[in-house]
Amino acid sequence: MKRYFFQRLLLLLPTLLGALTLVFFLIHLVPGDPVEVMLGETASAADKEELRRSLGLDRPLLAQYRSFLTGLLTVDLGRSLSERASVSALIRARFPATFQLTFCAMAVALLLSFSLAAMAARHRASWIDRAALLFSLFGLSLPNFWLGPMLMIVFAIQLGWTPVSGRGGLGHLVLPSLTLGLGMAAILTRILRAGLLQAIREDYVRTARAKGLSESRVWLKHTLRNALLPVITIVSLQFGSLLAGSIITETVFSWPGIGRLTVQAIQARDYPLVQGCVLVIATTYLLVNFLTDIFYRLADPRIHYGK
Amino acid sequence: MESKRGLHAGILILLLLASSALFAPALAPHDPTRQNLGQDLLTSTQGHPLGTDKLGRDILSRTIYGSRVSLLVGVATVALSLSIGFALGALAGYFGGWLDQLLMRLVDVLLAFPGILLAIAFTAVLGPGLDHVILALCLIGWTGYARLVRGEILALREREFVHAARALGCAPGRVILCHLLPNLLPPLVIQATFGLAAAIVAEGSLSFLGLGVEPPTPSWGSMLNEGRQFLLVAPHLTTYPGLAIMITVIALNLIGDALQDRLNSGR
Repeated sequence: MKRYFFQRLLLLLPTLLGALTLVFFLIHLVPGDPVEVMLGETASAADKEELRRSLGLDRPLLAQYRSFLTGLLTVDLGRSLSERASVSALIRARFPATFQLTFCAMAVALLLSFSLAAMAARHRASWIDRAALLFSLFGLSLPNFWLGPMLMIVFAIQLGWTPVSGRGGLGHLVLPSLTLGLGMAAILTRILRAGLLQAIREDYVRTARAKGLSESRVWLKHTLRNALLPVITIVSLQFGSLLAGSIITETVFSWPGIGRLTVQAIQARDYPLVQGCVLVIATTYLLVNFLTDIFYRLADPRIHYGK
Repeated sequence: MESKRGLHAGILILLLLASSALFAPALAPHDPTRQNLGQDLLTSTQGHPLGTDKLGRDILSRTIYGSRVSLLVGVATVALSLSIGFALGALAGYFGGWLDQLLMRLVDVLLAFPGILLAIAFTAVLGPGLDHVILALCLIGWTGYARLVRGEILALREREFVHAARALGCAPGRVILCHLLPNLLPPLVIQATFGLAAAIVAEGSLSFLGLGVEPPTPSWGSMLNEGRQFLLVAPHLTTYPGLAIMITVIALNLIGDALQDRLNSGR
């Protein structure tokens, strides 16, 4: 297991370095002048030169890249231009809110999908099964930049059941978590339903039934457990979508997380902050995928990658 | 049977949407950019069945014209991503070796960015605009096609018909285009259908964040962004463009699912 861990870690490092390099060159090499985008076309040449110098953009590209990597090693992501604070401190302050939202969205997705998929598989080809598939189709087709405002209109504005926006108690979490988690719930419902329907036909399930186990025990201990493995992969892959989706959801609900910080940085043309946010989200995503691989291996020791 | 019905419904909805985009000037009751400040934020009236926005522009006309942007971005993104993905995936799968390793590591790096994060970063640097949106979405979009094509070619390249084509002296380009491509079409069409839905949602997301098409051009995402400020007083500004996106994506998902079912049952 230890060997496997280090093998995966060795694979992670070049990908991470590649992703960080891509973000750096994205900011520095795309056509157009970021300084002009930040200050506008009407800014004076002296102002542009001053900003270019303060951002270090007047130095050779390789020197900038070296400073960028050195900064990353010391967790120094530079200074925000709009907030006049260190990028690392700003991200650190906002990250807990994003994590809270992402995990609540995941909990909503798991709860919804497990209940729906189990009911659909248990009552195959019934109206429950059809309703679950319909939910899945709609869940996959509802963009969260529309679902969020619609939930807000119905549950916060018209019914007054939840707060409209912002972060506070549990009530504030309901609508953003639903908005963010519904798409994932739709995907998981499909996969889990298919997995359950496949597992229920296996010989070990027939054996379990023949042994006289109760139906609920057959479903929980034998069927569900074996349908879970693909769910772990999807949950991990979807975690990234949740992080990216939080950019929209946090903007809709004024949730003070890293997603909203990214949008604010984009609107303020604050490139060091945009770069920092993108880096942190991508790194978190890669780390979650890495941990999933390790967990996957622990859950099923038969799995081998490579040699 | 249900999958067949889904396919027909999806195609019908998509044809209606494509026709509305194509014949927008004839179908739209008003100029989508014409402002009428005296008639702002109206709900449904005789002249404006879906109401007006804060500048008095007709929502129905803007929704009809908005389909042009969404479908254009979707189709252009899929066409460009598919072309790049097919070319690079075919090279990687057919020739293998260092080229395969290099391209697949590049794909790994690009897939290290979740969802549309890289597209958001790209358009944030380049600034808003239709061409920037398409470029940004292609930046990651091609990777899915490249992986699919590489995988399929790896499975196909040792088959007898490929060996026979090579033995007859066909050049690699001819083997790929005339012998391998026809076998790759079904999975590619399915991926392109889901890709079209994803590109339409992604364009909506970028426009919603103010990174999509520039005003006054109507797009469903930018209409939602404008309507967000008036959620309390005029929820209809948000409802209709969102419904349009949802219906389009449902149609594409129905088509994709039905095609996928057919492919799976045929294999």
